[in-house]
Amino acid sequence: MIDKIKTADEAVANIQDGATIMVGGFMACGTPEILIDALVRKNVRNLTIICNDAGVPGRGVGKLLSNGQIKTLIASHVGLNPEVAARMNTDVEEDKLECILIPQGTLAERIRSASCGLGGFLTPTGVGTIVEDGDYVECRMTVDGKDYLLVKPLRAEFALIRGSVTDKFGNTTYNGTTQTFNPMMAGAADYVIVGACEVVEVGEIDPNHVVTSGIFVDAIVGGEKPWQI
Amino acid sequence: MADLKARIAKRVAKELKDGDVVNLGIGLPTMVANYIPDGVDIVLQSENGIMGMGPAPEPGKEDVDIVNAGAQYVTVNPGAMFFDSATSFGIIRGGHVDATILGALEVDKHGNLANWIVPGKMVPGMGGAMDLVVGAKKVIVAMQHTQKGKHKILDECTLPYTALNVVDMIVTEMGVMIKVDGGYMLTEIHPDFTVEQVQEATQCKLIISPDLKQMEEE
Repeated sequence: MIDKIKTADEAVANIQDGATIMVGGFMACGTPEILIDALVRKNVRNLTIICNDAGVPGRGVGKLLSNGQIKTLIASHVGLNPEVAARMNTDVEEDKLECILIPQGTLAERIRSASCGLGGFLTPTGVGTIVEDGDYVECRMTVDGKDYLLVKPLRAEFALIRGSVTDKFGNTTYNGTTQTFNPMMAGAADYVIVGACEVVEVGEIDPNHVVTSGIFVDAIVGGEKPWQI
Repeated sequence: MADLKARIAKRVAKELKDGDVVNLGIGLPTMVANYIPDGVDIVLQSENGIMGMGPAPEPGKEDVDIVNAGAQYVTVNPGAMFFDSATSFGIIRGGHVDATILGALEVDKHGNLANWIVPGKMVPGMGGAMDLVVGAKKVIVAMQHTQKGKHKILDECTLPYTALNVVDMIVTEMGVMIKVDGGYMLTEIHPDFTVEQVQEATQCKLIISPDLKQMEEE
Protein backbone atom coordinates (compact mmCIF):
# COMPACT_ATOMS: atom_id res chain seq x y z
CA MET A 1 0.00 0.00 0.00
CA ILE A 2 1.26 3.48 -0.87
CA ASP A 3 2.33 5.39 2.22
CA LYS A 4 0.12 8.49 2.17
CA ILE A 5 0.97 9.75 5.66
CA LYS A 6 2.75 13.09 5.49
CA THR A 7 3.41 16.15 7.60
CA ALA A 8 1.30 19.18 6.71
CA ASP A 9 4.32 20.92 5.16
CA GLU A 10 5.18 17.87 3.05
CA ALA A 11 1.58 17.51 1.92
CA VAL A 12 1.36 21.07 0.56
CA ALA A 13 4.90 21.06 -0.89
CA ASN A 14 3.62 20.83 -4.48
CA ILE A 15 1.23 23.77 -4.14
CA GLN A 16 2.79 26.72 -5.97
CA ASP A 17 1.91 30.36 -6.56
CA GLY A 18 -1.20 30.68 -8.73
CA ALA A 19 -2.60 27.25 -7.79
CA THR A 20 -6.33 26.50 -7.81
CA ILE A 21 -7.38 24.90 -4.52
CA MET A 22 -10.70 23.59 -3.26
CA VAL A 23 -11.23 23.86 0.50
CA GLY A 24 -13.99 21.98 2.29
CA GLY A 25 -16.13 23.38 5.07
CA PHE A 26 -18.94 25.81 5.78
CA MET A 27 -17.99 28.92 7.74
CA ALA A 28 -14.82 26.95 8.57
CA CYS A 29 -16.77 24.08 10.19
CA GLY A 30 -15.29 21.19 8.21
CA THR A 31 -12.18 23.07 7.03
CA PRO A 32 -8.79 21.43 7.72
CA GLU A 33 -7.06 24.18 9.71
CA ILE A 34 -3.83 22.20 9.88
CA LEU A 35 -3.52 22.38 6.07
CA ILE A 36 -4.56 26.04 5.88
CA ASP A 37 -1.85 26.82 8.45
CA ALA A 38 0.71 25.02 6.28
CA LEU A 39 -0.33 27.15 3.28
CA VAL A 40 0.07 30.29 5.37
CA ARG A 41 3.59 29.17 6.38
CA LYS A 42 4.46 28.39 2.75
CA ASN A 43 3.07 31.82 1.86
CA VAL A 44 2.10 30.85 -1.70
CA ARG A 45 0.37 33.77 -3.42
CA ASN A 46 -2.16 34.50 -6.16
CA LEU A 47 -4.24 31.49 -5.23
CA THR A 48 -7.67 30.72 -6.64
CA ILE A 49 -9.65 29.36 -3.70
CA ILE A 50 -12.90 27.46 -4.19
CA CYS A 51 -14.81 27.29 -0.91
CA ASN A 52 -18.41 27.77 0.15
CA ASP A 53 -17.53 31.03 1.92
CA ALA A 54 -14.62 33.12 3.14
CA GLY A 55 -14.52 31.59 6.60
CA VAL A 56 -14.07 34.17 9.32
CA PRO A 57 -11.00 36.28 10.18
CA GLY A 58 -8.55 33.96 11.91
CA ARG A 59 -10.33 30.79 10.88
CA GLY A 60 -10.52 28.65 7.73
CA VAL A 61 -9.78 30.36 4.41
CA GLY A 62 -10.12 33.63 6.34
CA LYS A 63 -6.46 33.08 7.33
CA LEU A 64 -5.38 32.97 3.67
CA LEU A 65 -7.41 36.07 2.96
CA SER A 66 -5.90 38.01 5.87
CA ASN A 67 -2.43 37.01 4.67
CA GLY A 68 -3.15 38.36 1.17
CA GLN A 69 -2.71 34.96 -0.51
CA ILE A 70 -6.01 34.80 -2.40
CA LYS A 71 -6.37 36.43 -5.82
CA THR A 72 -9.69 34.88 -6.79
CA LEU A 73 -12.31 33.47 -4.44
CA ILE A 74 -15.09 31.32 -5.85
CA ALA A 75 -17.78 31.06 -3.16
CA SER A 76 -21.51 31.33 -2.49
CA HIS A 77 -21.55 33.66 0.52
CA VAL A 78 -18.89 36.02 1.84
CA GLY A 79 -20.99 38.37 3.98
CA LEU A 80 -19.84 37.04 7.33
CA ASN A 81 -16.19 37.94 6.71
CA PRO A 82 -15.84 41.74 6.57
CA GLU A 83 -12.32 41.46 5.11
CA VAL A 84 -13.77 40.31 1.79
CA ALA A 85 -15.52 43.61 1.05
CA ALA A 86 -12.43 45.53 2.17
CA ARG A 87 -10.19 43.58 -0.17
CA MET A 88 -12.62 43.71 -3.10
CA ASN A 89 -12.79 47.49 -2.80
CA THR A 90 -9.13 48.26 -2.16
CA ASP A 91 -7.35 50.71 -4.45
CA VAL A 92 -4.12 48.74 -4.23
CA GLU A 93 -4.29 46.74 -7.46
CA GLU A 94 -2.05 43.85 -6.34
CA ASP A 95 -4.14 43.34 -3.19
CA LYS A 96 -7.45 43.38 -5.04
CA LEU A 97 -9.60 40.31 -4.49
CA GLU A 98 -11.75 38.98 -7.31
CA CYS A 99 -14.82 37.32 -5.87
CA ILE A 100 -17.03 35.07 -8.01
CA LEU A 101 -20.33 34.33 -6.30
CA ILE A 102 -22.26 31.21 -7.27
CA PRO A 103 -25.52 29.90 -5.78
CA GLN A 104 -24.60 27.37 -3.10
CA GLY A 105 -26.45 24.46 -4.68
CA THR A 106 -24.96 25.26 -8.06
CA LEU A 107 -21.46 25.45 -6.58
CA ALA A 108 -21.93 22.08 -4.87
CA GLU A 109 -23.34 20.48 -8.01
CA ARG A 110 -20.57 21.90 -10.24
CA ILE A 111 -18.03 20.18 -8.01
CA ARG A 112 -20.09 17.00 -7.83
CA SER A 113 -20.41 16.99 -11.64
CA ALA A 114 -16.64 17.25 -12.01
CA SER A 115 -16.20 14.46 -9.47
CA CYS A 116 -18.42 12.07 -11.39
CA GLY A 117 -17.55 12.82 -15.01
CA LEU A 118 -20.55 14.88 -16.06
CA GLY A 119 -20.20 17.59 -18.69
CA GLY A 120 -22.61 19.83 -16.81
CA PHE A 121 -26.13 19.86 -15.44
CA LEU A 122 -29.44 21.69 -15.79
CA THR A 123 -30.63 23.70 -12.80
CA PRO A 124 -33.64 25.99 -12.40
CA THR A 125 -31.64 28.07 -9.90
CA GLY A 126 -30.62 31.50 -11.20
CA VAL A 127 -32.93 31.63 -14.22
CA GLY A 128 -33.75 35.27 -14.96
CA THR A 129 -31.03 36.61 -12.64
CA ILE A 130 -27.49 37.94 -13.17
CA VAL A 131 -26.27 34.41 -12.50
CA GLU A 132 -27.05 33.79 -16.17
CA ASP A 133 -24.12 36.06 -17.07
CA GLY A 134 -21.57 33.86 -15.25
CA ASP A 135 -18.92 32.32 -17.50
CA TYR A 136 -19.73 28.94 -15.93
CA VAL A 137 -23.23 29.08 -17.44
CA GLU A 138 -23.26 27.65 -20.97
CA CYS A 139 -26.78 28.77 -21.88
CA ARG A 140 -30.43 28.78 -20.86
CA MET A 141 -32.42 25.76 -22.02
CA THR A 142 -36.10 24.91 -22.01
CA VAL A 143 -36.87 21.27 -21.30
CA ASP A 144 -40.46 20.05 -21.17
CA GLY A 145 -41.61 23.64 -20.90
CA LYS A 146 -39.42 24.57 -17.93
CA ASP A 147 -36.40 26.89 -18.05
CA TYR A 148 -33.01 25.78 -16.80
CA LEU A 149 -29.42 26.95 -16.90
CA LEU A 150 -26.85 24.58 -18.36
CA VAL A 151 -23.99 24.87 -15.86
CA LYS A 152 -20.46 23.58 -16.35
CA PRO A 153 -18.49 21.45 -13.87
CA LEU A 154 -15.71 22.83 -11.66
CA ARG A 155 -12.33 21.19 -11.05
CA ALA A 156 -9.18 22.18 -9.19
CA GLU A 157 -5.54 21.14 -8.94
CA PHE A 158 -5.73 20.55 -5.21
CA ALA A 159 -8.41 19.80 -2.63
CA LEU A 160 -7.99 20.26 1.12
CA ILE A 161 -10.41 17.97 2.94
CA ARG A 162 -11.16 17.61 6.63
CA GLY A 163 -11.74 14.13 7.95
CA SER A 164 -12.99 13.25 11.40
CA VAL A 165 -11.58 9.71 11.21
CA THR A 166 -9.36 8.67 8.31
CA ASP A 167 -7.60 5.34 7.88
CA LYS A 168 -4.14 4.99 6.35
CA PHE A 169 -5.64 4.21 2.93
CA GLY A 170 -7.62 7.47 3.10
CA ASN A 171 -11.11 6.14 3.84
CA THR A 172 -12.80 8.99 5.67
CA THR A 173 -15.76 9.65 7.93
CA TYR A 174 -17.17 13.04 8.84
CA ASN A 175 -18.79 14.07 12.13
CA GLY A 176 -21.83 16.32 12.32
CA THR A 177 -21.99 19.13 9.79
CA THR A 178 -18.35 18.83 8.73
CA GLN A 179 -19.19 16.96 5.49
CA THR A 180 -20.29 20.07 3.58
CA PHE A 181 -18.30 20.19 0.31
CA ASN A 182 -15.61 17.71 1.39
CA PRO A 183 -16.91 14.51 -0.24
CA MET A 184 -17.45 16.15 -3.66
CA MET A 185 -14.15 18.03 -3.59
CA ALA A 186 -12.32 14.77 -2.90
CA GLY A 187 -13.35 13.63 -6.38
CA ALA A 188 -12.83 16.90 -8.24
CA ALA A 189 -9.14 17.70 -7.76
CA ASP A 190 -5.89 16.26 -9.13
CA TYR A 191 -4.26 15.99 -5.70
CA VAL A 192 -6.32 15.49 -2.58
CA ILE A 193 -5.04 16.04 0.95
CA VAL A 194 -6.99 15.05 4.05
CA GLY A 195 -6.38 16.81 7.34
CA ALA A 196 -7.67 14.24 9.81
CA CYS A 197 -8.58 14.56 13.48
CA GLU A 198 -7.84 10.87 13.98
CA VAL A 199 -5.79 8.54 11.80
CA VAL A 200 -6.43 4.82 12.26
CA GLU A 201 -5.22 1.56 10.75
CA VAL A 202 -6.89 0.18 7.64
CA GLY A 203 -9.83 -1.97 8.68
CA GLU A 204 -10.64 -0.02 11.81
CA ILE A 205 -13.43 1.97 10.16
CA ASP A 206 -16.60 -0.01 9.54
CA PRO A 207 -17.10 0.03 5.73
CA ASN A 208 -20.73 0.99 6.44
CA HIS A 209 -19.50 4.30 7.80
CA VAL A 210 -16.97 5.34 5.16
CA VAL A 211 -18.20 8.38 3.22
CA THR A 212 -15.13 9.16 1.11
CA SER A 213 -13.15 6.23 -0.28
CA GLY A 214 -9.40 6.17 0.09
CA ILE A 215 -9.07 5.87 -3.70
CA PHE A 216 -9.66 9.63 -3.89
CA VAL A 217 -7.00 10.53 -1.33
CA ASP A 218 -3.34 11.24 -2.13
CA ALA A 219 -2.03 12.47 1.21
CA ILE A 220 -3.11 12.16 4.85
CA VAL A 221 -2.07 14.54 7.60
CA GLY A 222 -2.98 13.73 11.18
CA GLY A 223 -3.30 16.13 14.07
CA GLU A 224 -6.25 18.22 12.96
CA LYS A 225 -7.80 19.56 16.18
CA PRO A 226 -11.45 20.16 17.00
CA TRP A 227 -12.17 23.89 16.97
CA GLN A 228 -11.78 25.49 20.41
CA ILE A 229 -14.64 27.80 21.35
CA MET B 1 -38.70 46.51 17.33
CA ALA B 2 -38.19 43.16 19.06
CA ASP B 3 -41.94 42.95 19.60
CA LEU B 4 -42.64 43.60 15.94
CA LYS B 5 -40.23 40.88 14.91
CA ALA B 6 -41.84 38.47 17.38
CA ARG B 7 -45.26 39.39 15.97
CA ILE B 8 -44.11 38.50 12.46
CA ALA B 9 -42.44 35.29 13.58
CA LYS B 10 -45.53 34.18 15.54
CA ARG B 11 -47.79 34.71 12.54
CA VAL B 12 -45.47 32.86 10.16
CA ALA B 13 -45.31 29.93 12.58
CA LYS B 14 -49.05 29.38 12.14
CA GLU B 15 -48.49 28.62 8.46
CA LEU B 16 -46.55 25.48 9.27
CA LYS B 17 -48.24 22.11 9.35
CA ASP B 18 -47.44 18.95 11.23
CA GLY B 19 -44.71 17.08 9.40
CA ASP B 20 -43.56 19.99 7.25
CA VAL B 21 -39.90 20.13 6.24
CA VAL B 22 -38.89 23.75 6.78
CA ASN B 23 -35.79 25.84 6.09
CA LEU B 24 -35.45 29.05 8.11
CA GLY B 25 -33.23 31.91 6.97
CA ILE B 26 -30.84 33.80 9.23
CA GLY B 27 -32.23 36.51 11.53
CA LEU B 28 -35.96 37.06 12.02
CA PRO B 29 -36.92 33.79 10.24
CA THR B 30 -34.89 31.82 12.81
CA MET B 31 -37.25 33.15 15.49
CA VAL B 32 -40.17 31.28 13.88
CA ALA B 33 -38.93 28.06 15.50
CA ASN B 34 -39.75 29.56 18.92
CA TYR B 35 -43.48 29.87 18.12
CA ILE B 36 -44.45 26.58 16.50
CA PRO B 37 -47.99 25.78 17.75
CA ASP B 38 -48.57 22.88 20.15
CA GLY B 39 -49.25 19.63 18.37
CA VAL B 40 -47.26 20.64 15.31
CA ASP B 41 -43.94 18.89 14.75
CA ILE B 42 -41.85 20.26 11.93
CA VAL B 43 -38.54 18.98 10.61
CA LEU B 44 -35.97 21.74 10.26
CA GLN B 45 -33.54 21.48 7.38
CA SER B 46 -30.27 23.38 7.51
CA GLU B 47 -28.58 23.74 4.14
CA ASN B 48 -25.11 23.07 5.52
CA GLY B 49 -26.17 19.49 6.07
CA ILE B 50 -28.82 18.74 8.69
CA MET B 51 -32.30 17.25 8.51
CA GLY B 52 -33.86 17.41 11.96
CA MET B 53 -32.06 20.39 13.46
CA GLY B 54 -32.76 21.06 17.15
CA PRO B 55 -32.43 24.12 19.39
CA ALA B 56 -29.24 25.82 20.51
CA PRO B 57 -27.23 23.80 23.03
CA GLU B 58 -26.80 24.87 26.62
CA PRO B 59 -23.62 26.90 27.15
CA GLY B 60 -20.73 24.51 27.63
CA LYS B 61 -22.55 21.64 25.87
CA GLU B 62 -21.68 22.72 22.31
CA ASP B 63 -20.49 20.13 19.80
CA VAL B 64 -18.01 22.12 17.69
CA ASP B 65 -18.72 19.88 14.68
CA ILE B 66 -22.44 20.82 14.57
CA VAL B 67 -23.44 24.28 13.36
CA ASN B 68 -26.37 25.81 11.50
CA ALA B 69 -26.20 27.83 8.28
CA GLY B 70 -25.48 30.94 10.33
CA ALA B 71 -22.44 29.19 11.86
CA GLN B 72 -24.08 29.04 15.30
CA TYR B 73 -23.78 25.88 17.38
CA VAL B 74 -26.97 23.83 17.35
CA THR B 75 -28.22 20.44 18.45
CA VAL B 76 -29.99 17.79 16.43
CA ASN B 77 -33.22 16.03 17.32
CA PRO B 78 -33.69 12.25 17.59
CA GLY B 79 -34.11 10.96 14.04
CA ALA B 80 -31.81 13.57 12.53
CA MET B 81 -29.43 13.02 9.64
CA PHE B 82 -26.27 14.76 8.42
CA PHE B 83 -25.35 15.01 4.74
CA ASP B 84 -23.07 16.78 2.29
CA SER B 85 -23.88 20.02 0.46
CA ALA B 86 -24.73 18.39 -2.89
CA THR B 87 -27.27 16.13 -1.16
CA SER B 88 -28.60 19.09 0.81
CA PHE B 89 -29.31 21.11 -2.31
CA GLY B 90 -30.68 18.05 -4.05
CA ILE B 91 -33.24 17.96 -1.24
CA ILE B 92 -33.89 21.68 -1.70
CA ARG B 93 -34.15 21.85 -5.51
CA GLY B 94 -35.90 18.50 -5.61
CA GLY B 95 -39.01 19.93 -3.97
CA HIS B 96 -38.60 18.07 -0.67
CA VAL B 97 -38.69 21.24 1.45
CA ASP B 98 -42.28 22.26 2.18
CA ALA B 99 -41.59 25.84 3.19
CA THR B 100 -38.71 28.26 3.21
CA ILE B 101 -38.93 31.42 5.29
CA LEU B 102 -36.56 34.25 4.56
CA GLY B 103 -36.10 37.99 4.63
CA ALA B 104 -36.14 40.32 1.65
CA LEU B 105 -34.74 43.63 0.51
CA GLU B 106 -37.51 43.94 -2.10
CA VAL B 107 -40.50 41.96 -3.34
CA ASP B 108 -42.53 43.08 -6.34
CA LYS B 109 -46.11 42.51 -7.47
CA HIS B 110 -45.00 39.71 -9.80
CA GLY B 111 -43.67 37.71 -6.86
CA ASN B 112 -40.08 38.53 -7.81
CA LEU B 113 -37.62 38.58 -4.94
CA ALA B 114 -34.41 40.59 -4.36
CA ASN B 115 -32.49 39.75 -1.21
CA TRP B 116 -28.85 39.06 -1.95
CA ILE B 117 -27.01 42.09 -3.22
CA VAL B 118 -27.00 45.88 -3.19
CA PRO B 119 -24.53 46.61 -6.00
CA GLY B 120 -21.64 48.76 -4.85
CA LYS B 121 -22.74 48.63 -1.22
CA MET B 122 -23.45 45.17 0.10
CA VAL B 123 -22.24 42.08 -1.72
CA PRO B 124 -22.68 39.21 0.72
CA GLY B 125 -23.57 36.63 -1.92
CA MET B 126 -26.69 34.59 -2.43
CA GLY B 127 -25.63 31.62 -0.35
CA GLY B 128 -28.44 29.08 -0.62
CA ALA B 129 -31.24 31.59 -1.15
CA MET B 130 -31.56 31.24 -4.93
CA ASP B 131 -31.86 27.46 -4.65
CA LEU B 132 -34.25 27.60 -1.69
CA VAL B 133 -36.80 29.93 -3.27
CA VAL B 134 -36.77 28.01 -6.55
CA GLY B 135 -37.00 24.60 -4.90
CA ALA B 136 -39.23 24.97 -1.83
CA LYS B 137 -42.94 24.30 -2.29
CA LYS B 138 -43.90 27.47 -0.40
CA VAL B 139 -41.86 30.66 -0.10
CA ILE B 140 -42.76 32.95 2.81
CA VAL B 141 -41.08 36.33 3.13
CA ALA B 142 -40.95 37.50 6.76
CA MET B 143 -39.87 41.11 7.03
CA GLN B 144 -40.71 44.58 8.27
CA HIS B 145 -43.06 46.27 5.87
CA THR B 146 -40.77 49.19 5.02
CA GLN B 147 -37.08 49.99 5.40
CA LYS B 148 -37.03 53.19 7.47
CA GLY B 149 -40.14 54.37 5.65
CA LYS B 150 -38.85 53.31 2.21
CA HIS B 151 -41.08 50.92 0.28
CA LYS B 152 -39.98 47.29 0.05
CA ILE B 153 -43.11 45.86 -1.61
CA LEU B 154 -42.86 47.38 -5.07
CA ASP B 155 -44.28 47.48 -8.59
CA GLU B 156 -40.92 46.30 -9.90
CA CYS B 157 -37.78 45.29 -7.99
CA THR B 158 -34.91 47.73 -8.45
CA LEU B 159 -32.19 45.44 -7.07
CA PRO B 160 -30.86 42.33 -8.85
CA TYR B 161 -33.27 39.43 -8.56
CA THR B 162 -32.81 36.40 -6.37
CA ALA B 163 -35.49 34.63 -8.43
CA LEU B 164 -38.56 35.40 -10.50
CA ASN B 165 -42.16 34.77 -9.49
CA VAL B 166 -41.45 32.80 -6.33
CA VAL B 167 -42.86 34.64 -3.29
CA ASP B 168 -46.15 33.01 -2.22
CA MET B 169 -46.73 35.00 0.95
CA ILE B 170 -45.46 38.09 2.74
CA VAL B 171 -45.85 38.53 6.50
CA THR B 172 -45.02 41.91 8.02
CA GLU B 173 -45.90 43.76 11.23
CA MET B 174 -48.83 45.29 9.31
CA GLY B 175 -50.44 42.17 7.95
CA VAL B 176 -50.42 39.13 5.71
CA MET B 177 -50.33 39.27 1.90
CA ILE B 178 -50.86 36.35 -0.41
CA LYS B 179 -49.81 36.15 -4.08
CA VAL B 180 -52.78 36.08 -6.42
CA ASP B 181 -53.18 36.86 -10.11
CA GLY B 182 -52.28 40.51 -10.59
CA GLY B 183 -50.42 41.12 -7.35
CA TYR B 184 -50.70 40.62 -3.60
CA MET B 185 -53.96 40.29 -1.70
CA LEU B 186 -54.08 41.66 1.84
CA THR B 187 -55.84 38.87 3.74
CA GLU B 188 -55.05 39.87 7.32
CA ILE B 189 -54.38 43.25 8.90
CA HIS B 190 -52.96 44.04 12.31
CA PRO B 191 -55.38 46.10 14.47
CA ASP B 192 -52.73 48.84 14.88
CA PHE B 193 -53.19 49.80 11.22
CA THR B 194 -55.85 50.81 8.71
CA VAL B 195 -56.03 49.50 5.16
CA GLU B 196 -55.07 52.97 3.96
CA GLN B 197 -51.93 52.92 6.10
CA VAL B 198 -50.91 49.50 4.77
CA GLN B 199 -51.46 50.67 1.20
CA GLU B 200 -49.47 53.83 1.85
CA ALA B 201 -46.57 51.69 3.08
CA THR B 202 -46.79 49.57 -0.10
CA GLN B 203 -45.77 50.83 -3.54
CA CYS B 204 -47.77 48.35 -5.61
CA LYS B 205 -51.57 48.40 -5.47
CA LEU B 206 -52.78 45.85 -2.94
CA ILE B 207 -55.85 43.78 -3.62
CA ILE B 208 -57.94 43.85 -0.46
CA SER B 209 -59.53 40.57 0.45
CA PRO B 210 -63.34 40.74 0.67
CA ASP B 211 -62.84 38.54 3.72
CA LEU B 212 -60.14 40.66 5.40
CA LYS B 213 -59.31 39.25 8.83
CA GLN B 214 -57.54 40.59 11.87
CA MET B 215 -53.93 39.49 12.24
CA GLU B 216 -53.90 37.79 15.60
CA GLU B 217 -50.89 37.92 17.85
CA GLU B 218 -51.48 34.71 19.76
